[in-house]
Amino acid sequence: MEMLHSIFVSPFIEMGAYPDFFLQVVWEGFVAGVLYSLIALGFVLIYKASGVFNFAQGIMVVFAALALVSLHGMGVPAWLAVILALGIMGLLAIGVERLVLRKLVNQHDAILLMATIGLTLVLKGVGQLLFGGEPKPMITEELGLPTGSTDWEVFDGIVIFQHIDIAATVVALLMVLALALFFSKTRIGRALRAVADDHQAALSVGISLHQIWAIVWFASGIVALVTGIMWGARSEVSFALEIIALKALAVLILGGFTSIPGAIVGGLIIGIGEKLFEVYWGALFGSGVEAWFAYVLALIFLLFRPQGLFGERIIERV
Amino acid sequence: MTTRTLITLAAGMLAASSWIPVAQAQDSLYVPSMTYRTGPFAGGGTPFADGYADYFNMLNERDGGINGVRIVVDECETAYNAQKGVECYEATKDKGALAYSPLSTGITLALVPKAPVDEIPIFSMGYGLSAAAAGDKFPWTFVYPASYWSQLSSIIKYIDENGGVEGQKIGFIYLDAAYGKEPIPLLDQLAETMGFEVAKFPVGVKEMQNQSSQWLNVRKERPDWMIMWGWGAMNPTAIKEAAKIRFPLDRFIGNWWAGSNNDLNAVGEAGKGYLAANFSGIGQDFPALQDVLTHVVKKGMSKVASEDDVGNVLYNRGLFNAVILAEGIRVAQDMTGKKIITGADMRDGLEGINLTEARLTELGLPGFTGEVKGSCEDHEGGGSIFIQQWNGSNWEKISDLIPPMSDVVRPMLEEAAEAYVSDKPNWQAQTCG
Repeated sequence: MEMLHSIFVSPFIEMGAYPDFFLQVVWEGFVAGVLYSLIALGFVLIYKASGVFNFAQGIMVVFAALALVSLHGMGVPAWLAVILALGIMGLLAIGVERLVLRKLVNQHDAILLMATIGLTLVLKGVGQLLFGGEPKPMITEELGLPTGSTDWEVFDGIVIFQHIDIAATVVALLMVLALALFFSKTRIGRALRAVADDHQAALSVGISLHQIWAIVWFASGIVALVTGIMWGARSEVSFALEIIALKALAVLILGGFTSIPGAIVGGLIIGIGEKLFEVYWGALFGSGVEAWFAYVLALIFLLFRPQGLFGERIIERV
Repeated sequence: MTTRTLITLAAGMLAASSWIPVAQAQDSLYVPSMTYRTGPFAGGGTPFADGYADYFNMLNERDGGINGVRIVVDECETAYNAQKGVECYEATKDKGALAYSPLSTGITLALVPKAPVDEIPIFSMGYGLSAAAAGDKFPWTFVYPASYWSQLSSIIKYIDENGGVEGQKIGFIYLDAAYGKEPIPLLDQLAETMGFEVAKFPVGVKEMQNQSSQWLNVRKERPDWMIMWGWGAMNPTAIKEAAKIRFPLDRFIGNWWAGSNNDLNAVGEAGKGYLAANFSGIGQDFPALQDVLTHVVKKGMSKVASEDDVGNVLYNRGLFNAVILAEGIRVAQDMTGKKIITGADMRDGLEGINLTEARLTELGLPGFTGEVKGSCEDHEGGGSIFIQQWNGSNWEKISDLIPPMSDVVRPMLEEAAEAYVSDKPNWQAQTCG
């Protein structure tokens, strides 16, 4: 009886008793969700264009962020360092297309996945060789990103909004908008969707597969840099950032591997869901539920809706 | 050149290459260094490895080694991975290894049972299995200068001396791994005997940079003090999150692996006031550190990125690890009369260590740490720590040495040691006194 009370009654009483704290939990979940969505976006872009689950997305986040802070550490002004870091991600995109993907056109998905695992190891090694293994602080202020916080006095309490979190939310939303427009309104975007549907058919109508893949890997590199800046500002820039990308797996399963809106909604469901669950129900499981909540949710989705909320239903004819 | 000549040459080269390590083992002191300059914990592993190697290299350059025998430091990368750590151990143990310092509780736990078999001591300086402080049960493992349990008792003592612990709520945020969980039995025991409440906040390894849930729970629980058992990226994230919820940082104490320059450089001014335990001196203002600069760093023989890195918290921790091993080698040489010693001799040397303030001064490290005196029973050798505070750009020592609550901790350590060996009938203990 006591157990049922602690599951179905007391958390809601607590939410009602301290509504300011409840709002804070929802806000923190929203920010985490937006940041998860950012990581998931990088995966979605590449999956849409090539059907490849890019295992290297996490290390690309680290690589881009380390390139940025290392360039700044060498005396390059912050915004020039951003441009140069984007240039590095562009070169990486061309390199991946030339050296890895070009050789693997029309190969089985598993082979492409293995290729991205290999790419992860290469980027990890090269990253450590070029930038060193030690963590570096993100150049938040130098980039003009806001610091500090604003209090919202509500329900006899306060909700604290960190300015960097607000900035992350705005940047993420702008990025999603830009990508959605890019995919739906531009010629390259349409070509990209054609490539995603069928490599051979796209080639037969004159679409350059090589160009499309390089572009999409570069777009994913841009997302990786933005993700690295935002996550790095919350902690530090180190190879530990790569681990966070694992959370995007659950986001993708929820939202669907091919859907940009799915990445956003999936990220928000997991972000807000895991914070609420950890804070109000976590004690029932000995705390630390955030480590598994997203994956359990993803497992439930895999059982009942394997294509995710917005993914295309896969119908295989034999 | 005939095929036979080629085969003879190849065989000769093979024989020569296999002879080289043997020659090293016979006329030098081989000290393996388990490092992690890569991976998610490289921020802590790199300065530690630098300080460790630089001190031994300084002894080689300045003194020609120890008592005229050069030291060979051989790095093996573990990436803080227990499996790789064991691989490093297996790959190097037959090269005449004198002692292993794994810098990882996970690796230490894997190596503790191997040490008596291979007769090579494990020196887990201030980490690893707390129960190994009981030297009679763990003859081959050393935790100088303090176990995790002793350290925690000193931190609680500090809190008690700064407002009292009775009736207080103390939050404990920890890496949800063997390392982070190690002090929990003592924390629960002290909470019961000293009358304070404990709230625990585990942080998964995959959530190190994503701690807002834990800190929302901290805001909900409203502890009076927070203690952190963190490592790597967990530390700066936790301090930033604490500042975010406006937890008073001068009531937030990290253990000695949660108080490095790397951790706080990423936080900067926002971390002002944060406290951390420490047992090794801060800065370059010691004659031995100046010798390291002169004989190693300025000659380009160090891996440090800049001279400023010499003297930071984890650099000095790695250096202190090397100081204790070097002292163990000297004691072993004196005891045996041999210049080239074995792992078994090294064990005796480590047990016979007596780092008094006078001896520290001779070594060029006056006031660097508390006294460390080992014995057959005591493989912890002192247990005192001090508290340091982040001033926004560097650490400042703000307390005297705080001895542990030995009356509480020691019986618990012995009980835990007894429990560890009780189900191992072939465990090799030793009789003391």
